[in-house]
Amino acid sequence: MSDAFWIILTGSLVAITSGLLGCFLVLRKMAMVGDAISHAVLPGIALAFLVSGTKNSIPMLIGAAAFGMLCTVLIELFHKKAKLQEDASIGISFTWLFAIGVILITYFADAVDLDQECVLYGEIAFVNFETYLNIPTAVWLLGGMFVFVLALLIIGYKGLYLTTFDPDFAATIGVSVAAWHYVLMGAVSFTTVLSFESVGAILVVAFLIVPGATAYLLTHNLKWMLVLSALIGISAAVSGYFFAAAINASVSGAMVTMLGVFIVCAFLSSGIQLRRKNKLATQTE
Amino acid sequence: MKIFFDFFSFSDPNVRYVILGMLLMGMGSATIGTFAFLRKRALTGDAIAHSVLPGVCLAFLLFNTRNLWVLLGGAFVTGWLSIVCVDLITKKTKLKSDAAIGITLSVFFGIGIVLLTYIQQTGNAAQSGLDHFLFGKAAAMSVSDIRTMGIVSTILILCVILFFKEFAAFSFDPDYAKTSGLPVQFIEMLLTTLTVLAVAVGIQAVGVVLMAAMLITPSAAAKYWTDNLKKMILLSILFSTLGGITGAYVSFANNKMPTGPWIVTMTSLIALLSILCAPKKGVIPKFIVRKNYKNKMLRENILKEFYHLEEKNPDKKYFTVSEILDEREMLSWNYKKGLRMLKGKHFLEKVNDNYFLTDAGREEGKRITRIHRLWEMYLTQQLNIATDHVHDDAEAIEHIITPEIEKKLIEMLNFPEKDPHEKTIPY
Repeated sequence: MSDAFWIILTGSLVAITSGLLGCFLVLRKMAMVGDAISHAVLPGIALAFLVSGTKNSIPMLIGAAAFGMLCTVLIELFHKKAKLQEDASIGISFTWLFAIGVILITYFADAVDLDQECVLYGEIAFVNFETYLNIPTAVWLLGGMFVFVLALLIIGYKGLYLTTFDPDFAATIGVSVAAWHYVLMGAVSFTTVLSFESVGAILVVAFLIVPGATAYLLTHNLKWMLVLSALIGISAAVSGYFFAAAINASVSGAMVTMLGVFIVCAFLSSGIQLRRKNKLATQTE
Repeated sequence: MKIFFDFFSFSDPNVRYVILGMLLMGMGSATIGTFAFLRKRALTGDAIAHSVLPGVCLAFLLFNTRNLWVLLGGAFVTGWLSIVCVDLITKKTKLKSDAAIGITLSVFFGIGIVLLTYIQQTGNAAQSGLDHFLFGKAAAMSVSDIRTMGIVSTILILCVILFFKEFAAFSFDPDYAKTSGLPVQFIEMLLTTLTVLAVAVGIQAVGVVLMAAMLITPSAAAKYWTDNLKKMILLSILFSTLGGITGAYVSFANNKMPTGPWIVTMTSLIALLSILCAPKKGVIPKFIVRKNYKNKMLRENILKEFYHLEEKNPDKKYFTVSEILDEREMLSWNYKKGLRMLKGKHFLEKVNDNYFLTDAGREEGKRITRIHRLWEMYLTQQLNIATDHVHDDAEAIEHIITPEIEKKLIEMLNFPEKDPHEKTIPY
């Protein structure tokens, strides 16, 4: 199998998995929480790296999960205990944790096989460097995450659906809103960590939010929205790869750029639809 | 240690430039940041900061120079464009502002990364140092850069001084600003423009990734020290400059270190200290005030119970703990703490296992009881509240009423003898 195939497959897996979760983030108006978590896990990743000395390890997941939790706790504390407004609580917490993460990575640059570039845009181009049974380890991990998220969505579809659209109703019929919130946040954290090496801590935000948001502009049906977001993710991964290859630039950056192109198209088409509808409405009047 | 003295003696002209640069950046970003903070636009700042990256790269690609004026121009254009995008998405689609901000910042940043990596592989000699815009590098600032930063910062400060009243009115209450005839749209546009400028000035020192923190963190810290807008701005400038200089020092001492993350960490530490320790508004002072107040209530309640016990048993002076607890439901460990405190203040004395009131303690218990009953009287007489509804209210207010209010109450009620429950009001 060629490098191109594995890179596109890795990109697609990142895009689909985070896109599916992102649909719910967008619908729950929690896009910025995803942003905050993806930044805040960095010190956890760096520390776990330093302790265990390997990538793709259980310690990394644990470290990242711990700092993801720490970030939400910090936001909560600043907001509730110190009465700081919410946007500032989010802004302070994740920038601080991210800064600490960058410092750790720079400070231990010799001991850790990580650098600032990796933090920013990942190393998807080198995905084929580490393989297991001739398949890149990143593909194994992301594939596993994809299956897990897919299973979660199929099994928990009703719970997620109810708590997203009508939390009050969900609560009255005994569905735990908080539990589903944490399930979703947990899945987002894990996806962020596993995607970190491929696309970096910042660009993963685009993979999380943009496919879901684009699909949201195109349909009213949740199932269609999920399917569309996955398709958009795959298209961005494929077209982004060839775009990057053509101008010899960052692959993950190019994939995100393509996501941007798609959402602009969706924006324009939904605008046209809206105008046509308005026109029809005025005509029938 | 030597580096420390070298740095803080300011003898090295390079160091002086770095410090001057930090001061200028602090003045620009903290001043504008305070308004962004007040308008609850912390995350919009994040979007602008990430979105200037493609602008910087494009400007470099088009003009092939690292002249800061050119790069700032590019940064300004895409920074502005990002705000337009956020606005368009929130106004024209069903997506909410959080998604709009997330989409804009991540896509702009992605485009920036593509451009940056594209520039890097062209092997252009002038491109070296362009990646300093990601995480900042204070030592990389040249004299002309500082001059540029100075000019932009001065423009920023002048605008804020000139439009201070308008900005303040708009930030605190946009509806009020609108109804009082201020050109709200113009003010908003100006504020946005200034925010983009502030971000553009700071990116060389802090970098685009963490610039948002420089807008928000200093003003959030300043909020805990004052309620006055002008003082808040000055304080946030101070905090941001302090964070800037300490952060720059670390990166100066260790050349490998990027400046931005250190500046942000230092400034965040200042913010954390402010949130925890600032007098009046900090978490710890507030906790202490609350605890003191709780203790005061506990003490006063116990004294009152003692007074009631003496009232009921005119010939008895000594009471055991269980007798006291019978009079009023209370956690026993809490009660013991209260008794200990009262003994310390010489309001109570202990003989064997019995407690009795000192004269000072009796006076105090009498005072609390008097206020309690006066208040019940006031509520029933003046506000026509039923007699069985007034106890809880009096229970709360008895700890608050000052001697002056007490005097007024007595005069208003004309020295009543009995309270609504037919108990004597002691004077």
